[in-house]
Amino acid sequence: MIEVKNISKSFDGQQVLNNISTTFEKGKTNLIIGQSGSGKTVLMKCCIGLLNIDEGEINFDGRLFSNLKGKSQKVVRKEMGVLFQGGALFDSYSVEENVMFPLNMFTSMTLEEKRARVNEVLLDVKLENVNRKYPSEISGGMIKRVAIARAIALNPKYLFCDEPNSGLDPKTAEVIDELISELTEKFQMTTVINTHDMNSVLQIGQKIAYIYKGQLWWEGDHQGILNTDNKELNDFVFSTELTRRLKFSK
Amino acid sequence: MISEVGKYLLVIFQAFKRPDKGRVFRKQLMIDFQALGVSSIGLVAFISLFTGGIIALQTAYNIDNPLVPLWLIGYTTKQMMILEFSPTIISLILVGKVGSSIASEIGTMRVTQQIDALEVMGINPANYLILPKITAAMLYNPILIVFSMAVGLFGGWFAVVVTGQVTSVDFIDGLQSFWDPFSITYALIKTLVFAFILASVAGYKGFTVQGGSVEVGKASTQAVVISSILIIVFDLILTQMLLT
Repeated sequence: MIEVKNISKSFDGQQVLNNISTTFEKGKTNLIIGQSGSGKTVLMKCCIGLLNIDEGEINFDGRLFSNLKGKSQKVVRKEMGVLFQGGALFDSYSVEENVMFPLNMFTSMTLEEKRARVNEVLLDVKLENVNRKYPSEISGGMIKRVAIARAIALNPKYLFCDEPNSGLDPKTAEVIDELISELTEKFQMTTVINTHDMNSVLQIGQKIAYIYKGQLWWEGDHQGILNTDNKELNDFVFSTELTRRLKFSK
Repeated sequence: MISEVGKYLLVIFQAFKRPDKGRVFRKQLMIDFQALGVSSIGLVAFISLFTGGIIALQTAYNIDNPLVPLWLIGYTTKQMMILEFSPTIISLILVGKVGSSIASEIGTMRVTQQIDALEVMGINPANYLILPKITAAMLYNPILIVFSMAVGLFGGWFAVVVTGQVTSVDFIDGLQSFWDPFSITYALIKTLVFAFILASVAGYKGFTVQGGSVEVGKASTQAVVISSILIIVFDLILTQMLLT
């Protein structure tokens, strides 16, 4: 479980996160939603340690991550898998080399063991026969799946996904959502997904945190979102005719 | 300016920490040898061959006094190639080829979050990306420079002998005259300093890019301009320190 307690973050005097407290639960897909510029990416970057928070604390299973430095911080980081928006695969490495990278850096496995593990995680993300291909030779959806495979190669306790569906067609986006949801349940990870894809919110949102103007505005699950009377959340989630009809039908 | 120097020193300090895994560092070093060194051999050979020829021919055409010995053509070509052309001009050419390549490669990794990915994995990205490049440049550039000297002198000999400006014996006599081994030491010291400037400045500029493809292009240009200026300034400083 990840606990975020009273965190604030400013850039050049402009407050981006204002006293946010929430928890991301183990074995669940925890979604951070909000409009562009609401601060959800900053919140995720603070959680993974790419940005330092100004105030508050972030705990990973009771370990105060926000205060850790050097080797102690590395220990927690090795337990994290991160799926970046564009995949962030290493262009000069093949799919196999990308997935093998964390194994090369942090394990003393033999080449055969590493290859076996790579094939295992590629199967987990439903990819076969792509080991020798380079990121430029595979589709956007496959890049995301390879990035997920790399993120879970070391059996992480925590999986962070920054807009996993951006740039994907609705069908592929659904496949990625289902995959993340399956993996979260299978490996009992604490998964945090940053998204503004409403299909994801309604399908896999076991816990949802709505960020509005840098503040935690609403918390609940995908059922709760259909019944909420929170004006700002309704304006955001049910902004299209189609989603308004969905809410009305409920 | 001072804050930029401070940021540069911080990045280089991070880069010079002990690599997380020696085997991974050596593999990366080999890749950078190929990318930065081996792939530059053709360009260095071509430029050195023709420049050696041009230096020898221009020296020959400018010596019209019968009292000046013809071996001076070989001697002048040797001094120019070893003392200045190979270490300085070839380093400047490598800044254009290798420096821009380093800055754009690392810069692209920055804007596509590949460096963030390294960081959240608990890897020191400056160390993983910049140190092998600095090491490769400092180990390989001296080889390239000595190669450039040899090819340049051959180019000079070939040009003046084929055009009949001077006999082969006179030219080689000039190459052997007033031989001072410190010339090579001086050239290699300069090369090492220039190689460090080239790789570290380009690595720093790429590493600290913020934005998108336009900023990567700007960083690449800045890396070339700053490295070139620093190389020329350090050329003067080192010449004063080592030759006087």
